[in-house]
Amino acid sequence: MDQILGDPFGWFNQLLRSLLEGWGLSPGFTSFVLNLLGAFVMGLGVLLLTLLLIWAERKIVARIQDRLGPNRVGPFGILQTVADLVKLVTKELIVPVGADLGPYNLAPLLAVMSVVGLWAVVPLAPRLLGADINVGVLYVVSIGAISTLSILLAGISSNNKYAILGAFRTVAQMVSYAVPLVLALIVPTLLAGSMGMVEIVEEQRSIWFLVIAPVAALIFFISSIAEVGRAPFDLLEAESELVAGFHIEYSGLRFGMFFVAEFLHAFTISALTATLFLGGWQGPGAAEYPLLGLFYFGIKTALVYFVVIWIRGSFPRIRIDQMNQLNWKLITPLALVSLMVTAVVEKLVVDMGLIRIGVHLGANLLLLAITLWALRAYARAVRRRVEDPMGSQT
Amino acid sequence: MTATQFVFLLTGAVTLGAALLVVLSPRLVHAALWLILSLAGTAVLFVLLEASFLAVVQVAIYIDAIAILIIIVIMLTRRVMIRGEAQITRNWWLGAISALIFLGGLLVLLNMMPITAIDTPPTIADTNQLLEDLGRSLVDVDRFILPFEVASILLLAALIGSIMIAWPLSTRAEGEGDQ
Repeated sequence: MDQILGDPFGWFNQLLRSLLEGWGLSPGFTSFVLNLLGAFVMGLGVLLLTLLLIWAERKIVARIQDRLGPNRVGPFGILQTVADLVKLVTKELIVPVGADLGPYNLAPLLAVMSVVGLWAVVPLAPRLLGADINVGVLYVVSIGAISTLSILLAGISSNNKYAILGAFRTVAQMVSYAVPLVLALIVPTLLAGSMGMVEIVEEQRSIWFLVIAPVAALIFFISSIAEVGRAPFDLLEAESELVAGFHIEYSGLRFGMFFVAEFLHAFTISALTATLFLGGWQGPGAAEYPLLGLFYFGIKTALVYFVVIWIRGSFPRIRIDQMNQLNWKLITPLALVSLMVTAVVEKLVVDMGLIRIGVHLGANLLLLAITLWALRAYARAVRRRVEDPMGSQT
Repeated sequence: MTATQFVFLLTGAVTLGAALLVVLSPRLVHAALWLILSLAGTAVLFVLLEASFLAVVQVAIYIDAIAILIIIVIMLTRRVMIRGEAQITRNWWLGAISALIFLGGLLVLLNMMPITAIDTPPTIADTNQLLEDLGRSLVDVDRFILPFEVASILLLAALIGSIMIAWPLSTRAEGEGDQ
């Protein structure tokens, strides 16, 4: 019993392995089958979790908007997503005339693939993760950007001007916000000394990286929300402007795949934020009992996901020029400066422990204060210019 | 045949087939997609060689940046969706002869190289150490810092150039027009 609690995933792995080898399979083939089974279970679990996530999002956004949300189908409306899924599946798959069938069918697959593939490197518990690669952070960046490709393909192959417009806007947004995303991702790499997600989680044993680098965490959070295309950055689905953006011509289950990919991507970035900055599965007693680590990871991810939904329900949509300005004038320089500050402080302060944390935190808060002061001065200048357009023009 | 060999043969076949289809596709967008498949096949080959960093960088740079740029550039040209003309020109035999000569030369060269053990790819002992060594070599004074700095200056020049090209022909006294 103690061995089961101490290493439940290893025990289960051993159980399956001895079962398969007892049936006469060779060890190499057993490894292959177990890996395949693990990948299948992870993909299936993550996709089935989306049903619950969509329900949670609709309920929370409804409460923020002072209404009830789905409450008819099943207790508390839990089965609403199942009903929607059945509806989407039974809808007719309408393909527009002149659509390029190859990319048209490929785009939803790529969208879902890129999101489910992100879960391969997230450490769920001390010894439970898909693949322990030592370049996990870079893997996140590269696989996450395949969703950009899928959106481009969807827009181009639809033979629809609005789709192409929406696709180009989306790709512009995603490519722009990938820059501060990567810069903010370098900070936990710097602090942990490795790009592997397992090492990053292990290094947060004493203190979370959120305390050491709050500016980088904030930039990562904002850039990932923009990467996914969630509100307030959801001008991709601005009904009043583009009808439905890049997925106008998709109906039925193909649209369902884009839908699932978007909601799952929001949850995935919550999981990544929790792993990189909130300590992943770290918590009291998690190292001895891995199931407790899984529980902590779930709670942290749910918390970040709640903040994502909260932001969705609270902010108005950002215009495309505001989005560009925000990115290139504020977030990217801030990410660069935060990276430099973290690197310099990490090198200068040779002490481990509270002094290092204090200096990091102080430097970050100073950076935030300077940014807020600069923003306020800029807002004052703009307000003055708006109120007095002719007077001060030289 | 081990599993690694099987995966290698499959990946090689897919990469070569996709590369062939890049040239043979009548539509530009399809050619770009086959190029993406070929680049992904190269990334899988890197994974087979246990060069994880190179594989991920291959996906991140080629597929996520260069391929998207290629597709956007294709979209900006007109007459993209129309099936192009026949992909085989009149002088195809000239191309075939030069390709065969090139293949012959490559085979002769490869035969002359000393190859001791061809069974398995050499296993890299410590990939973390390799990664750290790569990082250090880029900023080491004796090694690659000069090409590194020249590359960054080149990127900066490209960035400034693209901003200059995309700058709107500004009119006077219009204000900034932001917010």
